[in-house]
Amino acid sequence: MTQALLEVSNLVKHFAVGGWRGGKAATVRAVDGVSFQITRGETLGLVGESGCGKTTVGRCILQLERPTGGRIVFDGADLTGLAQHDLRAVRRKMQVIFQDPYSSLNPRMTIGEILSEPLKVHRLVPGRAEREARVRELLLQVGLLAQHARRYPHQLSGGQRQRVGIARALAMEPSLIVCDEPVSALDVSIQAQIINLLEDLQARLGLTYLFIAHDLSVVRHISDRVAVMYLGRIMELADRRALYEEPLHPYTRALLSAVPIPDPSLEAGRERVVLRGEVPSPLNPPAGCVFHPRCPLAEARCAASVPGLREIKPGHWAACHLVDPIA
Amino acid sequence: MPPSSPLNETAAPPDRKSAGTVFATLVDFARRRPLGAVGGAIIVVMVMLAASANLIAPYDPLATDYAAMLAAPSEAHWLGTDAFGRDMLSRMIHGSRTALMVGLGASLLGASLGSLIGVASAYFGGRVDLLVQRVMDVFFAFPVIILALAVVSIIGTGVGNVVLAIATPMVPRCARVVRASALSVREMPYVDAARAAGFGHPRIILRHMLPNVMAPVLIMATAFLGEAILLEASLSFLGLGVTEPTAAWGLMLRGAAVEFAETAPWMAIFPGLAISLAVFGFNLLGDSLRDALDPRLRTQ
Repeated sequence: MTQALLEVSNLVKHFAVGGWRGGKAATVRAVDGVSFQITRGETLGLVGESGCGKTTVGRCILQLERPTGGRIVFDGADLTGLAQHDLRAVRRKMQVIFQDPYSSLNPRMTIGEILSEPLKVHRLVPGRAEREARVRELLLQVGLLAQHARRYPHQLSGGQRQRVGIARALAMEPSLIVCDEPVSALDVSIQAQIINLLEDLQARLGLTYLFIAHDLSVVRHISDRVAVMYLGRIMELADRRALYEEPLHPYTRALLSAVPIPDPSLEAGRERVVLRGEVPSPLNPPAGCVFHPRCPLAEARCAASVPGLREIKPGHWAACHLVDPIA
Repeated sequence: MPPSSPLNETAAPPDRKSAGTVFATLVDFARRRPLGAVGGAIIVVMVMLAASANLIAPYDPLATDYAAMLAAPSEAHWLGTDAFGRDMLSRMIHGSRTALMVGLGASLLGASLGSLIGVASAYFGGRVDLLVQRVMDVFFAFPVIILALAVVSIIGTGVGNVVLAIATPMVPRCARVVRASALSVREMPYVDAARAAGFGHPRIILRHMLPNVMAPVLIMATAFLGEAILLEASLSFLGLGVTEPTAAWGLMLRGAAVEFAETAPWMAIFPGLAISLAVFGFNLLGDSLRDALDPRLRTQ
């Protein structure tokens, strides 16, 4: 790996729930020892079911949540040790696009105000006229029109709002954008437009994406590498091709086999791995491998010890006792 | 999400409406909530009286006429005169100024301070929130009038101090309501976006959160206006509010009005009616506004 823009090592985020008066607080292990790197200019897809902790990983990177443990090194600086004041400079370089385009824009501000606010606060663009020009440029860049600056968010469609969200992220000229399910609230036709826009912007501006999603086909389309999360841990991390074509981890295989194939004859003939039971609660995750109670291949050692994330093939990592390194 | 979702409702169109649609909205409001319209009409009349007090009051409210002390209502003095021969009607018209000034001032002050505290409390959360809310609880423990009396007895009487005294009990009430709405706004992605953009706390609180919790604040402020007017009258009646010779309804009810209640009842009846009417008007409007703006009741 050449130059890691973001390096997350052993990230842990636990939430205490209930009982601050006397009663014993329970702990939700939302993220439990996640490590990965993102190289400048690449897109890392982070997939997993609802509640597996993928959004929390994103929020920890953005320092919207303070991690319980682990290190997040962004562009050479360890964010976990930074004071609020020093964070401000880093935050400019790290932006976010949210899932819900309806609640991610302040309903009381016009699009122009939303886009020019960061320019003003961080003194990126001095002068009102220059800011207006930059807002126009940002709007055009995401495929909107200059006149949209005077509109309020409720006067735009979902797809247009999401474009505004992207423009807001671009306003500060960040190097990393955390895309937290940026298309899952949109219609399929709009999804494609937004994905193409994100790819186009990446090519033009040299952006790096952490693309969080649960839609495997969207992730496959946009990502260079993909990490699969389950119950707060990374199960498998590999190049897109390797992960989709030769998945090693039983969980990844089950996940991929749930994606329908748009061809009835192939669909009827293929093997489907159906998992038993439900995802265990992160309040009380299983001992050993968190996946073992549902794993079709589980053995005794799976319940006894936690499998580490090992490099099975060059660049292909998996956390499973049952896959052995080849070569 | 369908376009008619409740999220869109909160994003009430703040764009400028033409005069025609404002009028249509008013007519619609009056048709749906006739009581609210009555309340609104009372307030409009009161505001007009207060604004043009100098023009329409037949006499100077402070001018004494010792030839006509305790005069019964007549052609010269429509509502009679008081123990100093001051014209009751003029004093009542000028008294509406005091009532509105104190009412609006106290509501505005209490609502702004309260909503600021409420939003900040919700935004910072954790220990700050806990501490602020316990302090608010202490204020809550006192009945409104007792708290206002305590403040006046510390800082003294007079219009400005009365405004402060009446605003004080409103602060914790407003803070609590606003905190509740602010807690949900705190979790909105646009607040996260503002934090991720590295904006400072004051900017996030004032620009991103406060404007989105204003609806309950406006309703509370309107509802509190009536209470503030009543409180001002009570304080003045107890001699701890507005001081003589300022024309104020509560003040007109005390002293000679009590002494001569049987021989010159107009001295007590008319200011009392004015207070009741004003409080009634504000309460009607406040309740109707609350109902009209409550999305759960809007389908009616």
